[in-house]
Amino acid sequence: MISESLVDLSRLQFAVTALYHFLFVPLTLGLAWILVIMEMVYVMTGKEIYRDMVKFWGKLFGINFALGVTTGITLEFQFGTNWAYYSHYVGDIFGAPLAIEGLLAFFLESTFIGLFFFGWQRLSKVGHLIATFLMALGSNLSALLILVANGWMQDPVGAEFNFQTMRMEMTDFWAVLFNPTAQAKFVHTLSAGYVTGAVFVLGISAWYLLKGRDKPFALRSFRIAAAFGFASALSVIVLGDESGYTVTESQQSKLAAMEAMWETEPAPAGLTLFALPDQAARTNHYEIKIPYVMGIIGTRTLSTEIPGINDIIAMNRARIEKGQKAVIALEALRRDPKDPTVKAVFDQYKSDLGFGLLLKKYVADVRQATPEMMDKAAEDTIPKVAPMFWSFRLMVALGVGFLLLFSWAFWASARNRIENNRWLLKTAIWFIPAPWIACELGWVVAEYGRQPWTIYGVLPTHLSTSTLSVGSIVFSLGGFIVFYTGLLIAEMYLMFKYARLGPSSLGTGKYHLEQQGA
Amino acid sequence: MDYATLKFIWWLLVGALLIGFAIMDGHDMGVGALLPFVGKNDTERRVMINSIAPHWEGNQVWFVTAGGAIFAAWPFVYATAFSGFYFAMLAVLWALFFRPVGFDYRSKVADPRWRSFWDWGLFVGGAVPPVIFGVAFGNLFLGVPFQFDDTLRVTYTGSFFGLLTPFPLLCGVVSLAMLVTQGAHYLMLRTDGDVAQRSRKAAIAFNLILAATFALAGAWLAYGIPGYAITSGGLPGAPSDPLAKEVVQQTGEWLANYSRYPATLLLPALAFASIAIGLIAAIKNKGGIAFIASSLTCTGIIGTAGASLFPFVLPSSSHPQSSLTAWDATSSHFTLGIMLGVVILFLPLVVIYTSWAYRVMRGKVTGTFIEQNSKSVY
Repeated sequence: MISESLVDLSRLQFAVTALYHFLFVPLTLGLAWILVIMEMVYVMTGKEIYRDMVKFWGKLFGINFALGVTTGITLEFQFGTNWAYYSHYVGDIFGAPLAIEGLLAFFLESTFIGLFFFGWQRLSKVGHLIATFLMALGSNLSALLILVANGWMQDPVGAEFNFQTMRMEMTDFWAVLFNPTAQAKFVHTLSAGYVTGAVFVLGISAWYLLKGRDKPFALRSFRIAAAFGFASALSVIVLGDESGYTVTESQQSKLAAMEAMWETEPAPAGLTLFALPDQAARTNHYEIKIPYVMGIIGTRTLSTEIPGINDIIAMNRARIEKGQKAVIALEALRRDPKDPTVKAVFDQYKSDLGFGLLLKKYVADVRQATPEMMDKAAEDTIPKVAPMFWSFRLMVALGVGFLLLFSWAFWASARNRIENNRWLLKTAIWFIPAPWIACELGWVVAEYGRQPWTIYGVLPTHLSTSTLSVGSIVFSLGGFIVFYTGLLIAEMYLMFKYARLGPSSLGTGKYHLEQQGA
Repeated sequence: MDYATLKFIWWLLVGALLIGFAIMDGHDMGVGALLPFVGKNDTERRVMINSIAPHWEGNQVWFVTAGGAIFAAWPFVYATAFSGFYFAMLAVLWALFFRPVGFDYRSKVADPRWRSFWDWGLFVGGAVPPVIFGVAFGNLFLGVPFQFDDTLRVTYTGSFFGLLTPFPLLCGVVSLAMLVTQGAHYLMLRTDGDVAQRSRKAAIAFNLILAATFALAGAWLAYGIPGYAITSGGLPGAPSDPLAKEVVQQTGEWLANYSRYPATLLLPALAFASIAIGLIAAIKNKGGIAFIASSLTCTGIIGTAGASLFPFVLPSSSHPQSSLTAWDATSSHFTLGIMLGVVILFLPLVVIYTSWAYRVMRGKVTGTFIEQNSKSVY
């Protein structure tokens, strides 16, 4: 049997390193396009101030990008180092988008980022713009393929279990690539990244304006961020709603946990605005509800029911019993692959194989599973409700906050009343950390909400780990914490240093601090 | 295309990606390993860093892609090697941490202590991974203690220090010398003055070290290290199940392929010939020829290692039956086919735009250039 502390520590290490990596990714995704927009304006107008904007925001982009690259490799490594059984069990499908990400996207992004930084004197104006564009395209394609891989973990389409090789194998590449769950996640994650980039530029530009420094530079940056951010904030909400709709279809347990919906309600279900979920008693305290709304968002009909947690547990309890038969048949099949009766039994129950594997958390030989173990395994299929419920609500609240901020900024920018609007400028600065919080919460909802599975309905997290000692993971986790803390300090130090210097860091001699010093 | 052919093509492709990694990321790592020794002052070190600055990120993707391709094409190998070599992999990963930040952050702060810290960071990021990859390759020849259970879950029963035995350590030196030579030749080509001259001296020394250690490793392999052979099962066209075969260990097996397929002798011959050419080119100060020669050396040496092991990829010393081969460690027929299509479509494109990027940035990086552009370069 696999020790629970091994599983918990492996999960903790993955969560820490993934959340950390995701501090840098969204800014890369968004800021890359802001650089493209600024450079397009430069190419069209020929005004040098726009080139300086690309170079300065590009410097901050580079400081952020370095850590994105550093921490991304950790995640690729970790599937093999810490989730070896996962890698074996689904590598046939999951490995493909990762390899394609390298070949198609990461090469493109990384080759052209070199020309973006060092090609200014070597390339024509349009040539350099193309390099910037390809870098942005590469970073976005990279996100696409990573989310194709992640989407498959959430909604494993286009694959089938092969008992001869004891793993899932791909049967339909296009189904994996165009998985609706992956597509919905992709556009939602991208627009979240765009909001992050826009808030970053907006907030720092606002700071220059409040200080009265480099006004033409800051105003132009502010305007571009306001327009880009307004469009992105609208999309992040609309596309987040799309993401919610696909969750209803593919992951009922996640939706029920997000909404703390214990009982199936008559359609259309109400939306819970506030509640204190109580997992032990399977109920909510102090609930405030808006009727009908949840049913409409989740199913886009007035008549389809959304199942509640209690019903989902009961359904999964039945699947676990069938899954137990699948596991037993599979074990027999591994001993004698040619026995047709065993094969027939396996084929009958194999769609519930993953549910049978849930029992392995409690007993090595699933034949010995007791009804109590089955009850427990069925309860496990619902992620912890309170963190899901609150992460989701806070993320949505921040999303609405971004829309309000950018509406305000966009309106002020359209009427040319930015500089003296001190409240707007101050709010923009205070908002700088908000998109990072929202992105991390989004990750929590998506990935914590997938538990107890690594591959939803197919492979339990419990079985996915490598066979390692607990001591090994304590050591590696400790190492990651030490390295990542050091790296974050270096990154923040440089980010603040260069944000404070502003365009004066370019050494052109035209900007505020350089003239003051002279 | 039939499954067996596809498996063989993927064995070649993984080899090609590793060679691509050694040639491209390898010269960046070589430059990193030489940084504190060849660069005697800040400007010289910046010259070295900036000779690879526009390209190192793209080159590192060879590493990431080789990893991704092994995941997609050889999931058993990915699972077994990464979890088995747990601490070695962590050491590679943590050493690599110093590179992105080292390159991008080093010259953004003027304090000499800050710069010196990152210079040594780049040294670690350039020197540690090649040594560990070499040690790992060396251990493949010895076999590694691991086994699969009935559900094909792998358990590694060795320790980290168990990997550090004499033969693998020698392979670590071969690997480091190979990439340092590659880096030194690159610096001869892309820098001038003292940096280029010191790189030339390093190139001569490391070519000699490489020739000696590679020859020694070959002799050791021939006489001192028993190889592995499949005695039954493990057929090329069968579904990938490592337990469906029998394997024995016997002396001389690692050289058997050279008598079975004499054409494979060209690989070690290529390695020695290209080291000789590289050495002469270094002595005559021809950076371009030297760099091409050492790129061929990478091909010859990695090819030799692969051909000796074939069809084994990761032999198990404790349970030889669990050994992983090019025939039973792969993905499904369908996935190998799709991924081959993807490689045929995109790899040539990568080579084209990478070459173009080098063309755009061609020419020597000089100290004057660094001083004139000190705010915009690394």
